[in-house]
Amino acid sequence: MLRKGIALAALGLACIAGPAFSSEGGYKLREVHWSFEGPFGKFDTAQVQRGYKVYREVCASCHAMTNLHFRNLGEKGGPFYDPEFKNANDNPYVKALAKDIQVADTDQETGDPIQRPATPADAFPSPFPNEAAARASNAGAAPPDLSSMAKAREGGPAYIYSILTGYIAVPQGLKMTAAQNFNAYMTGDMAPYWNGSHATVPVGGFIAMPPPLAPGKVTFDDGSPSSVEQQAKDVSAFLAWAADPKATERKQFGLAAMIYLTLFSILLWFSYKRVWRNVAH
Amino acid sequence: MSGPSTYEPKSGFEKWLDVRLPILRFANDTMVSFPTPKNLNYWWTFGAILALMLGVQIVTGIVLAMHYVPNVNMAFDSVQRIKRDVNYGWLIQSLHANGASMFFLAVYIHMFRGLYYGSYKAPREVLWLLGCTIYFLMVVTGFFGYVLPWGQMSFHGAVVITNIVGAVPIIGGPITTLLWGGFAVDNPTLSRFFSLHYLLPFIIAGVVALHIWALHVPGNGNPTGVEVKSKAEETVPFHPYYTVKDGFAISVFLLLYGVFVFFMPDALGDAVNYVKANPLVTPAHIVPEWYLLPFYAILRAIPDKLMGVIAMGGAIASLFVLPWLDTSKVRSMRYRPTMRLYFFIFVGACIILGFCGAHAPDDQVIPGVTGLMLGDADINSFVWLSRVTTAYYFAYFWLITPIMGLTETPLAVPDSISTPVLSHPAAMPLGAAASPEKRG
Repeated sequence: MLRKGIALAALGLACIAGPAFSSEGGYKLREVHWSFEGPFGKFDTAQVQRGYKVYREVCASCHAMTNLHFRNLGEKGGPFYDPEFKNANDNPYVKALAKDIQVADTDQETGDPIQRPATPADAFPSPFPNEAAARASNAGAAPPDLSSMAKAREGGPAYIYSILTGYIAVPQGLKMTAAQNFNAYMTGDMAPYWNGSHATVPVGGFIAMPPPLAPGKVTFDDGSPSSVEQQAKDVSAFLAWAADPKATERKQFGLAAMIYLTLFSILLWFSYKRVWRNVAH
Repeated sequence: MSGPSTYEPKSGFEKWLDVRLPILRFANDTMVSFPTPKNLNYWWTFGAILALMLGVQIVTGIVLAMHYVPNVNMAFDSVQRIKRDVNYGWLIQSLHANGASMFFLAVYIHMFRGLYYGSYKAPREVLWLLGCTIYFLMVVTGFFGYVLPWGQMSFHGAVVITNIVGAVPIIGGPITTLLWGGFAVDNPTLSRFFSLHYLLPFIIAGVVALHIWALHVPGNGNPTGVEVKSKAEETVPFHPYYTVKDGFAISVFLLLYGVFVFFMPDALGDAVNYVKANPLVTPAHIVPEWYLLPFYAILRAIPDKLMGVIAMGGAIASLFVLPWLDTSKVRSMRYRPTMRLYFFIFVGACIILGFCGAHAPDDQVIPGVTGLMLGDADINSFVWLSRVTTAYYFAYFWLITPIMGLTETPLAVPDSISTPVLSHPAAMPLGAAASPEKRG
């Protein structure tokens, strides 16, 4: 009865919840295997490190990540965590990564605005002073903040990977302006811009961002081949970590909690049986 | 079921306190010696589960309020900060956000149980009314809470829902302005929603106390729907019999809760809510959380805005008047085979309404099937499915329930709780392990 009840409840929940959150339209994302999938999955440290490099050298010139601080890179679960430095602010590698970046500050003597090298405590600086500036520099489309991008789109990292590798050749007969780019995984209705028959309207949409990645654009320190696929996959993994830096801790904590609750349930079941043994019901 | 108190103060302090403030007597009569029918099945454990969930929501909510900033410029980032930087913030936030879903899951099971076993019938009408009040307060609190993270769905959901109030003639406009604290959903809206979201749970807790009080006067119903005849033979003290049974059910429920909290914390939410609210960009589909989808479907099923709002309000109002719509003398649907069938269709209708609320009205129910036209309306659309199920929803309360009570022939109802208990094969040898899980 109980098991049936719970199963029914879960099923009902899944039935109601399912369709609301399935992706819109018929865009099937590219399938990628991620090391951090499933209840036991963990981030691939080397991959997230490479992904940070892609973000820093390519994406960061337009995309902010305001919820991230350099110290996050060296915190437990982060790509540059070192057990020797429990306090990520002391982590020399993180300090060095931060030092490469200039952040805005105020001179405490004169009050003048200055630029200084970042420390681990600083947030990732934004490439534009405000949204208007971001728009003005990017043909009217402000590049979105990437802090939670891997959670803010259906499909998460697979969506990001699909977009980054989805700049296929523009179908013949599609009218577009110079500021637009065609991407097979962008949502949109291409019918108004399509010259051909209605049955063959291309699946995809316009995106303001030009193809950001190119072969060899980032040199990986571990010698991984620098293909577009590799860069896209690594930066998607980095963004997945950035959107959910506590994922590994959460899963490990959860596993312990589930084991505890299972044992506790079994214990309570037998207690129940014992307490009720003399009651006909 | 409340009778003369069986509490006997033992220590000197207990005796001293008992003549001044009999709080220990009250606790004992409520949670220890309270006589409870011995044939309650697992559907009765959701009351305890709900009490726990209210506690979890209040405790996690108080901690979240210590870190949350109710300001349109900072709310979204403050929630991110809770999840990223606050010690165990990821856990507390996930417990609270998924806790709302679990709370509603439990309350729906609790309410369907009440419908099935006739828990709303005399002498438990006030108990039922208080329960409906709690549910209504939960809906309002849940809505306020969903606005607080100030994501895209929070903001645009708030716009849609507050505009619903505006459909009410004459007073609708001023009330909407009062809710907004201005002329659009903005910072004043967020700060008052935060204030109310903090206030309402304590009002819920107060109504829960009344709900439990109203439960303890007539006592629990039970699956047979027959009132307890002999306290000695048909009831057991709440503790330890039901504390252990409820404890087991709670533990299993927490396992389900844990699956969401630890392994799929965003499965019940909408990805769009991870984008900061932007009044100038409207999401492609504005949908409420899953637990409000059936009401959203009813709202959209009616083409006229005011009538839609009335229908949505009427869907909850129907629950309140149910005790006076039901004409049947038999409480439990165990002995009402025809009504039971209508009940299961009703449960199905509620789930289908949930589906309808999640889809765009013009989406096809059966993909690819065209030509099911009635005049110029496409019958194969979610808006038409929700119209049919909405009609059934209301018919269940206003037609089926009163008519069935007068026309059906119920099965023979046992004389007492003990009769079906003793005829149950598992109960024959005294002390043999009974299997309540096999009984419905």
